[in-house]
Amino acid sequence: MYEIVSSVKRDYIVDLARQGKRVDGRALDQCRDVSVETGLIKSAQGSALVKLGSTQVLAGVKLERVEPFPDTPPSGVLMVNAELLPLASPTFEPGPPDENAIELARVVDRGIRESGAIDIDKLGITPGEEVWAVFIDIHVLDHDGNLIDASALAAIAALWSIKTPKVEGWTLPEFPIVKKPVAITMAKIDEKLMVDPCLSEENVMDARATVTTVEDGSICAIQKGGVGCFTREDLEAAYELARARAEDLRKHIG
Amino acid sequence: MEKPEKLIVDGKRLDGRAPDELRPLKIQAGVLKRADGSAYVELGKNKVLAAVYGPREMHPRHHQQPDTAVLRCRYNMAPFSVEERKRPGPDRRSVEISKVAREALEPVVFLELYPRSAIDIFIEILQADAGTRTTGITAASVALADAGVPMRDLVSAVAVGKVDDTIVLDLTKEEDQWGTTDMPIALMPRKKLITLLQMDGHFTHEEFKRALALAFNGCEQIYEAQKRALREKYSVKPEEE
Repeated sequence: MYEIVSSVKRDYIVDLARQGKRVDGRALDQCRDVSVETGLIKSAQGSALVKLGSTQVLAGVKLERVEPFPDTPPSGVLMVNAELLPLASPTFEPGPPDENAIELARVVDRGIRESGAIDIDKLGITPGEEVWAVFIDIHVLDHDGNLIDASALAAIAALWSIKTPKVEGWTLPEFPIVKKPVAITMAKIDEKLMVDPCLSEENVMDARATVTTVEDGSICAIQKGGVGCFTREDLEAAYELARARAEDLRKHIG
Repeated sequence: MEKPEKLIVDGKRLDGRAPDELRPLKIQAGVLKRADGSAYVELGKNKVLAAVYGPREMHPRHHQQPDTAVLRCRYNMAPFSVEERKRPGPDRRSVEISKVAREALEPVVFLELYPRSAIDIFIEILQADAGTRTTGITAASVALADAGVPMRDLVSAVAVGKVDDTIVLDLTKEEDQWGTTDMPIALMPRKKLITLLQMDGHFTHEEFKRALALAFNGCEQIYEAQKRALREKYSVKPEEE
């Protein structure tokens, strides 16, 4: 996922961090420009294209009738899959999902699943026999850093765009979406936390932390990544930043 | 097993523990002959083996790094380690855990001392009862020390969570399944640096802070047990008179 960076560039970014500055001139707690467009894909029941600076992620939601899991016979099924397409970065290669794609999909999955964003119990059709499955496919189109936040936002925006699903034999009045979890990722560079790291920041960061919060500010998922460490104070600060920035991003959903 | 009405009764958990109590913990260093380093950890019903090979030559050669060793980690569950047989081989969960475990252990290893080489960590879950990734990391860090790999510190790991609105240390399978929240943490205990943090479920800000404090406390106890295991293996015992 990370690219090789010249030491000149690394020193430059770390030196900027030391002065509380960033390579693209943003404040430490500032996200890049966000745009969300929904309903672009007519063949999907829900879709959203998210642009976070130059990072672009397209999420599509498909609804299908499936057999339920044996341990939850009355509930629907949620599946999140992510593809790091080779068109999105010179470092992405075709083939089965690698650990980065799998981690990305699982972090997005946890945010939606654990927040209870979808009322999955309503997605039963015939308990034990047939239920609705929600397939969320995340297509990364252009990788300029912070794929997690862009993908999580695309997924939840796509879900909220469904309203009444255009799918044969739909059994409910509306799609049961109830919450708006938002993931905010912070990179740690030279002891500073930077919200929404761009690619050059990701390439030199020590570690990252993603905090997913819902409307009331409570946390539904966390993921640390990268080979560095966090202190307890870092995490306190990360939570505050995540909560504040999530409020801004949430305005783009639904 | 059916979901019990309450997971905590009169301040006691299903297995009789207090909320801030670890399950019985046993750590042994150097349990495998062929591996350069190894460890065996039991935490409650969890039984975990970890082995370290290396530093050794990196294959394939094009993965060699000219200025540093590369740490590789494989977390694997035995098909018989869980109630219903798990299909052998990596699934999405184990790929993610292998990644976060590697990232949890990498900060303590002086990789720059071994350019062009590989250090391989193998974590095998023989019997699982929630908290296998943290138990695996605890075992792997003892195995790294047993292999004589230069390290800044050990890594101690434990899960905390929320069960019946109570913050508890070291969840069992039942508590993980029916509880609200699970938050695995790994720590470099000397400097109190967090090297692994994941969470799913629901925490308010206040609960998150309390869970973090409880996890630090749990890691401290695991740290002591890890050091005891290493001392037991390596301390020079005075000759019997």
